[in-house]
Amino acid sequence: MSEFLQQLINGLSLGAIYALIALGYTMVYGVLRFINFAHSDVFMVGSFIGYYLGKHIPENTVWGGIVILLGAMLGCALLGMLIERLAYRPLRGAATLNVLITAIGVSLLLEYSGQVFFGATPRTFPAVFPSANFNFGNLVISTNQIIVIAVAALLMVGLQLIVYRTKIGTAMRAVSLNPKAAQLVGVNNDVVISFTFGLGSALAGAGGILYALNYPSIDPLMGVMPGLKAFVAAVLGGIGNIPGAALGGLLLGTVETFVNGSQWSTYKDAIAFAILIIILLFRPAGLLGKFTVEKV
Amino acid sequence: MIPALRSLAARFAPFLSAALFTTAALAQDPIKLGEFASLTGKEAVFGQNVTKGTRLAVEETNAAGGVLGRKIELITEDDQSKPGESATVVKKLISREKVAVVLGEITSGRTLEAAPIAQAAKVPLISPGATNVEVTTKGNYIFRTCFIDDFQGTVMAKFARESLRLSKVAILSSVSSAQSVGLAKYFRERFTSGGGTISADQKYGEGDKDFRAQLTAIKAAGADGIFIPGYYAEAALICKQARDLGMKLPLLGVDGWESPDLIAIAGTAAEGCYISTHYSPESQNPVVVAFNERFQKRWGVASNALSVLGYDTAMLAIDAIRRAGTTDGSKVRDALAATKNFPAVTGSITFDAQRNPTKSAVVLTVKNGKFTFVQDVNP
Repeated sequence: MSEFLQQLINGLSLGAIYALIALGYTMVYGVLRFINFAHSDVFMVGSFIGYYLGKHIPENTVWGGIVILLGAMLGCALLGMLIERLAYRPLRGAATLNVLITAIGVSLLLEYSGQVFFGATPRTFPAVFPSANFNFGNLVISTNQIIVIAVAALLMVGLQLIVYRTKIGTAMRAVSLNPKAAQLVGVNNDVVISFTFGLGSALAGAGGILYALNYPSIDPLMGVMPGLKAFVAAVLGGIGNIPGAALGGLLLGTVETFVNGSQWSTYKDAIAFAILIIILLFRPAGLLGKFTVEKV
Repeated sequence: MIPALRSLAARFAPFLSAALFTTAALAQDPIKLGEFASLTGKEAVFGQNVTKGTRLAVEETNAAGGVLGRKIELITEDDQSKPGESATVVKKLISREKVAVVLGEITSGRTLEAAPIAQAAKVPLISPGATNVEVTTKGNYIFRTCFIDDFQGTVMAKFARESLRLSKVAILSSVSSAQSVGLAKYFRERFTSGGGTISADQKYGEGDKDFRAQLTAIKAAGADGIFIPGYYAEAALICKQARDLGMKLPLLGVDGWESPDLIAIAGTAAEGCYISTHYSPESQNPVVVAFNERFQKRWGVASNALSVLGYDTAMLAIDAIRRAGTTDGSKVRDALAATKNFPAVTGSITFDAQRNPTKSAVVLTVKNGKFTFVQDVNP
């Protein structure tokens, strides 16, 4: 029993990070109907921003940790908006496939310029938050795991509030529903899309810091696997659907952890992805997604 | 074209005449040892360290009067850490320089490249550091000074069972590395035949970052130690996450862990782990202490595993030539194959039927952020 609970905690803290990255994929998809493959590399840049900020901020302090987290989120938000402005906006209105290929290009550009600027060798991420372990009988929870789950939950609630309780959130939903109609009623699409990219990238930046807290070895290609998993999580939950992305991330992280802890650990990704295929066979739009019929 | 040819002929002339008079001038001519090493390129550090050891061995032998009444001449060729270059330079060493023995290379890949050439020419080749099992299967003229990968698994199993008195060890190995799979296999065999049980057998993939799931399963299985054959990048994260999960059991690693990065990434979590490797400069063995002093005096820097392996390799070749009483390839090969209890700095060397040395390994532990010597383990 204690092993089950321990694996559940491990799975939730891994899933929370997947969920944070998945939110970025899903938001961009919701507004623009395309997959921003560069998202996983914004995540990587987030942890490198944390790494360089960490050199100037004392380790093991709560305020220092918060400064690094906010710094990485801000840096990533700016990077996300810059990518949108330079790479995607000129292609707005072009075929989806063109934008998709551009996204892959931006992703590779970030990965390999990362290797030039940060170096290809793995770096050690500083211990930014003070850490301790809590024991409950046989269960062990580290403060880092609690921070990951708490920060992820806070950010998701915050995101939900922004999307449903603010003017810009209403505008985002309007653009998502029908960009032309939104423009007709006075929504500035450019601002809304830019904001969406900024918000999604900020979450990826936070994800980067939380990931590096738990796995303190960072390199320019670190975003590839978590990015792929998060994308899968977004599809699993129903792409374009915010609570769906969160649910998909948590589910994928938990399943992966349980398989990993079993005797079939060699097949962990195969099993996780097989589950995805089965779910999509029965619910083609994902767990929480709504299946929409193309209107002619 | 023609002037170029002429100058080439001019350069070859001395060699040609030297070859003609070799038999007559045998007594005075030095014995040639050919070394190929990565002196430049991406693994320049490897080659430069090895050659320091090799040169020290040759200088010491010459100072003591040489071998068979003749001096030793060391010819070192640079393979630039490049594939393809090793074959070229070894061909040159054998066909032009007519070396008695080829020494090199520290990496398995470049040794595998050169081995068939030495084998075809029937010139013995001794590698200081190629741990890949396949290397000596290339032919009966190919030897090595280092232990092979499988041996490490056996050493750690013996250390875990007999020195740490562990009885239920878990294995956490990489599925994507052939070395890791081999090490795990040999560890399992030796540990279970020694009376221990393997309480859990978990796997990970190269590049994985999250090992909490496997570690939790290992913890639940009640293991009293974990054997982790792999490289430092994953090992460091495994150490850290194991300690985060409140696991205080000993963690056992292999030579792939020996990097400053292990300690940088894992921090205090690396404290108290054990690794097996070729040699420790901290060993209190008088042979090692004396070698360190001589090395320090000659080069002004401390010795390391690479330079010691280079030294031992050259000494092994010289010893074989002495025992063979000639530089004839097949006689030197036979002498090498018959090497028994050769007192090398990295431990006593006896070749088995596959021309691999059965020799001791050292176990190091991390103490106060540094690799510290624990003990020698004999096979």
